[in-house]
Amino acid sequence: MVAPLLQVKAVSKQFGGFTALSSVSLDIAPGERFGLIGPNGSGKTTLINCISGSLRNEGGQILFEGKEISRLPAYRRTRLGIARSFQIPRPFPSMTVLENLLVPSAYVIHLREAEGEAMALEILRSIRLVDKAHVLANQLSQVELRKLELARAMAAKPRLLISDEAMAGLAGAEVDEVLDILFKLNESGITIIMIEHIMQAVMRFSQRVVCLDAGRIICEGTPQAIVGNPDVQKAYLGA
Amino acid sequence: MSYWISVGAILAAAFLAAISGINEYVFYAGYIVLTFVVLSTAWNILGGYAGYVNFGTGAFFGLGSYSAVVLFQALGAPLLVQIIAGAAIGAALGFGVGIMTLRLRGIFFAIATVALLFIMETLMVNWRYVGGATGLQLLRPEVMAPFGSYTRMLFVVMALLAVIAVSVARYIQVGWIGRGLRAIRDSEEAAECSGVPTLRLKLFACVVSGALMGAAGAPMPMYLSFIEPASSFSLNWGVSALAMPMIGGTGHWIGPVIGALLLGSIQQIVTVTISNEINVLVVGVLLVLFVVLAPDGVVGLFRKWSRRSSR
Amino acid sequence: MIFSFDLLFEAVLFGVLLGCFYAAVSIGLSVSFGLLDVPHVAHPALMIFGSYCTWMVASWGLDPILAGIVLMPAFFLLGVVIYRFYYETFERRGSEAGVRGLAFFFGLAFIIEVGLILGFGVDQRTVQAPYIGSSWAIGEYRIPYRMLVAFGVALVLTATLTVYLSKTFTGRAIKAVAQDEPALRLMGANPVRIKQWAFGIATGVSALAGAMVIIVGPVEPAMDRLYIGRTFCVVVLAGLGSMTGTLAAGLILGISESIVLMMLGASWAPAVAFGLLLIVLGIRPQGLFGR
Repeated sequence: MVAPLLQVKAVSKQFGGFTALSSVSLDIAPGERFGLIGPNGSGKTTLINCISGSLRNEGGQILFEGKEISRLPAYRRTRLGIARSFQIPRPFPSMTVLENLLVPSAYVIHLREAEGEAMALEILRSIRLVDKAHVLANQLSQVELRKLELARAMAAKPRLLISDEAMAGLAGAEVDEVLDILFKLNESGITIIMIEHIMQAVMRFSQRVVCLDAGRIICEGTPQAIVGNPDVQKAYLGA
Repeated sequence: MSYWISVGAILAAAFLAAISGINEYVFYAGYIVLTFVVLSTAWNILGGYAGYVNFGTGAFFGLGSYSAVVLFQALGAPLLVQIIAGAAIGAALGFGVGIMTLRLRGIFFAIATVALLFIMETLMVNWRYVGGATGLQLLRPEVMAPFGSYTRMLFVVMALLAVIAVSVARYIQVGWIGRGLRAIRDSEEAAECSGVPTLRLKLFACVVSGALMGAAGAPMPMYLSFIEPASSFSLNWGVSALAMPMIGGTGHWIGPVIGALLLGSIQQIVTVTISNEINVLVVGVLLVLFVVLAPDGVVGLFRKWSRRSSR
Repeated sequence: MIFSFDLLFEAVLFGVLLGCFYAAVSIGLSVSFGLLDVPHVAHPALMIFGSYCTWMVASWGLDPILAGIVLMPAFFLLGVVIYRFYYETFERRGSEAGVRGLAFFFGLAFIIEVGLILGFGVDQRTVQAPYIGSSWAIGEYRIPYRMLVAFGVALVLTATLTVYLSKTFTGRAIKAVAQDEPALRLMGANPVRIKQWAFGIATGVSALAGAMVIIVGPVEPAMDRLYIGRTFCVVVLAGLGSMTGTLAAGLILGISESIVLMMLGASWAPAVAFGLLLIVLGIRPQGLFGR
């Protein structure tokens, strides 16, 4: 039995009177492809924010490679190997695509300019964004921005990559393109948590899926089991 | 390399001018313009590079002035010591306000700097040792050869400080620290998730900025032979230190220099020929005009123009 | 320094009145900065501009409070124009807008201040009214009538605005627009028009606030600098977006300032608001009732 890469133990988060997460627990195995689904407002992004460090969880613990990280600021967690992309892309608009990647290469991997550039170009080549390398980030299309989000996370050489709705708003071929990138990353050994609304993408990609609703886990299992689960269907269609 | 050659040439020119027979007024006005070069460059390290606006430049500047006065009165400290002390105290103040408010949104930091301004002024108003509200007259020490007057010497000193400030800003901008600051300015949350230690970098920028502002304040009492709280801690220093980089261009170290030279000279002319109030009005109007119409400043305009003419 | 309970009581009493006055002058900022997230450092300058306008209108014979009320519609329109300009120029553009928005309002404050100096000179201006200059004597304490008037107007203003924001549709839309703009759009409301309206209200209220300022004491153009401290202190201490918090925070500031005034004198009083502001920012930046 391999030790889990990430352990979320009874994590809670409140915003004033509103409970966003209520004692959520899950384990992610190294190398796993993990899907996280749930209707809008169910707490998916809040959970991601707690794992990546953008928010502090109130109850429970978060352990990464056996180490408690709940008290660490986000930049430390990234340096430990947790990277995330943002649901609404947050590029550095005053920088080119290449320069965007130089930030994590300098601050996470501690590469010098020349080596960082080489690594960045390689990443851009692998996701077919290299022809935009010297374009300012504020001039990219939607799908290019999504790719940049992933590329920037990749430039941090993570062990765990959290992809927050990387395919939202994308059409057929574009979805396949992003999915392809995620598959390749996983093959190279990166554990991936995918949050998505596009069900067929989640089904194709995930080995295990968890469904959140109103801050609680309501179902956990294989993609087939989840899809057939009445509680999950109710959460998405009901109320 | 060409940078350092230019720097050397500028310093040499300043020195030669100071020991020449040029009209005293040039140095009198030039000292103020050079002070603004330091202040606007210092402001830009935190405001332009990292995106955290400081309204209270006067707090750091004035504190540098007052610490120089205290050292001079109590220990007869020479100018160099005064300047170093000003830098140290400015750095400490920067660290203090930074650690309190840089975790919060930018506007809270901005308001906190205004708070510092008024609190400093109130403290000095109530401190009799430095003259309270009426201030203190100061006797300048003997001026060293080869300078003909103390003002000329101060002019060269401030030119040196300006070069130091600009060199520091350039070093930060070009290096990895500058990239991190720019990431913070562009999208702080994404920067943090990209491994940038945002609070540390902001603190660093705030400390460096504060140190330079404090250093710039230190020779001021000697320049005026006088110090008093209201003008030392005036909000007017803040609006100038902010307007100059915004007018010159905040992305590049040359922006604040251009802004200071341009606006500083305009200010000198307007104050002398019209009035001090119109001077503040001009600063305010130019600030708003540039912020609205030319957000990338003179540097931005120049870039656009050169791109257009190369087509 | 002689400490007497009598002096302390009088200071607290005065502080309560002063506090309500501070709450009333900060309410506009509570809406524009607390609810709408506009970095409105020119709010005190607009308010002092309101004081001068009150002075002008009052010099034609109108009672200062009525003058303030009469000015409200004009200031409302001014607020709408300013917000529209701010929105089109800055809020739309995204991240870089933060620095430039702040710089814009800072520049605006200076332009207003110098405009006042050029238009009215640096001398202090006051208004006359039957309730200015005399006091109400209760026992051994004297309460200046003008403070009571300010107190009354403050309560009415705060109550009206609080009721408006919680009971009317537009009011609740204003409260919602800061927190949940997408939901508002789904309901068919236009967030920009709501914010415009709210900013107009905030500026309109500033006219009346300015009237109170000149009733309570003489005004001069540079006073906006001092009021930056007082208004932001109240709004931050209250917690952004809390109207009732504004009253509580105003009281805390008023009483603190009054006690410091009594114990240490006028040369220390200006620092109280700023000092309190720093303390709040350092210890509990979300304020008393912050969201």
